[in-house]
Amino acid sequence: MAEPLLAVAGLRKRFGGLAVTDDVTFSVAEGGIHAVIGPNGAGKTTLIHQLSGTLRPDAGSIRFGGRELVGMGLARRARLGLARSFQITSVLAGFSALENAALAVQARSGPSFRFFRAAAAERALNDQAMTALEQVGLGARAGVLAGRLSHGEKRQLELAIALAMQPRLLLLDEPLAGAGPEETERLIGILLGLKGTYTILLVEHDMQAVFALADRISVLVYGRVIATDGPEAIRADPAVRAAYLGEDEAA
Amino acid sequence: MRAALILLAALAAAPFLGFGEGYSLTLLARVMILAMAAVSLWLLVGGGGMVSLGHAALLGIGAYAVVVLDDARITDAAVVVPVAMGAAGLFALVTGAVAIRTSGVQFIMITLAFGQMAFFTASSLAAYGGDDGYTLYGRTTVLGQRWLEDRLAFHYLCLGLLALTLFGGHVLLGSRFGRVLRAARENPLRAEAVGFRPYPYQLVAYSIAGAVAGLTGVLLANAAEFVAPSYLAWQRSGDLLFMVILGGLGSLQGAVLGAVAFVLLEEWLGHITEHWRLIFGPLLVLSVLFMKGGLVGMLRRG
Ligand SMILES: Nc1ncnc2c1ncn2[C@@H]1O[C@H](COP(=O)(O)OP(=O)(O)OP(=O)(O)O)[C@@H](O)[C@H]1O
Ligand SMILES: [Mg+2]
Repeated sequence: MAEPLLAVAGLRKRFGGLAVTDDVTFSVAEGGIHAVIGPNGAGKTTLIHQLSGTLRPDAGSIRFGGRELVGMGLARRARLGLARSFQITSVLAGFSALENAALAVQARSGPSFRFFRAAAAERALNDQAMTALEQVGLGARAGVLAGRLSHGEKRQLELAIALAMQPRLLLLDEPLAGAGPEETERLIGILLGLKGTYTILLVEHDMQAVFALADRISVLVYGRVIATDGPEAIRADPAVRAAYLGEDEAA
Repeated sequence: MRAALILLAALAAAPFLGFGEGYSLTLLARVMILAMAAVSLWLLVGGGGMVSLGHAALLGIGAYAVVVLDDARITDAAVVVPVAMGAAGLFALVTGAVAIRTSGVQFIMITLAFGQMAFFTASSLAAYGGDDGYTLYGRTTVLGQRWLEDRLAFHYLCLGLLALTLFGGHVLLGSRFGRVLRAARENPLRAEAVGFRPYPYQLVAYSIAGAVAGLTGVLLANAAEFVAPSYLAWQRSGDLLFMVILGGLGSLQGAVLGAVAFVLLEEWLGHITEHWRLIFGPLLVLSVLFMKGGLVGMLRRG
């Protein structure tokens, strides 16, 4: 059997007395969307932080494309092909949408210790950045300052930046967070369009979205993965229903 | 860039518009030299988000390079300029390597501390006059020629170097390197998430700004034909930082506008009353409070 693209084993992280990542083991195969769901405070964002390199796990290993990631910083992992989006939008407000994406293209297009030529005039960077914006339906807004985009458009830009990195794995932390019903609809459509081209690890709260998108789902509760399976099996799993879905319906 | 270009044109014409006598040229040289220093500081503050309170030390190191060489009777620009830029750039590289690991208030304090270190070192250089400073035997020569002793030639040299610094800074900020630097200032996490660790970019920017400050120090030493430790004092760094903020962090030309406004205001108030500092201080406070985005911001709003 081929090694999975991402293999997480025995990952642990404590904040004081609280085990936020508690012996987490799962793997993500190349292709498709693997979702991580779980109630508020289950430790989903903390998990993404450890995968992307903004937080160091207490124990465990994260293998990506055959390399150990633990101990490597965020920037290094990004250059290896691990792109993450943020639950709280994190774009460059003073840059245009195009320049936000072009920066990501630049990161994988040769050295950046170049001091003379105008970066904004580099066709190769702009063209690829434009492609990424068009993939998320932001092509028409390329020239607008990111800070002036609507909330939903910022979520789209967040995604476009990740795509512009041409990653091997996309880590998306609640890409639908804070989006209205129409925006959600649009973002789900965009994610469906990416399916097949990218391998995606999707953390998401919106159940409808998760069941519409994911090929596999891991359920995280109090830092533990209580089940990993296909959507139908997860929906039917009594432990999952008790811990999460039931609670969600009751709410 | 329009406002800065108009200012440069005005400075070019000034000697022929009744500002050609000694006193005016001295003042204008001071304006241009401080503007150049402010541009190099702007690259750090506005370009890289690195608020340094030790920038005068870098100028001072450039000026003391002139002193040390002058004492050894080495006065030609072919030696003086590379040594001054190299020494200030190296000082920036070494101190920056430590300072850039910090941020916010801590960065301000560390640059201040390094600046004071350089200040006390200069004060203790008994061979070069210690606290009293050092008077140069003569101005820097160019290819053995004493061109800089001509006041008009010196005026245009300062102007040319200021224009070059401004243009160079503009090109730098627009380059791939500058883009990473600006991204890291706006949102370091975002820069890292796409694959750029800000540190090496910030350190190189810090060193470049240091080298430019060193070159500015050469002009500073030549303008007065005298160098003293007070050139390195933190108050001077504070003045430079103030010029940058007064001019505005929205655009590089803010540094030039800020420096011009600062020096002319200081000069004008000095003429009106000997208690000008009592007015200057509150004016500075008011300008920060009421001019969002500095002079550049004001011009933009029209
Ligand atoms: N830096 C921290 N220090 C201490 N506790 C933290 C820290 N970060 C997160 N926590 C706690 O860890 C738990 C998991 O947080 P996390 O943000 O990973 O949850 P989440 O599953 O992403 O939740 P949400 O659905 O609200 O985004 C929470 O109880 C949170 O309060
Ligand atoms: Mg979260």
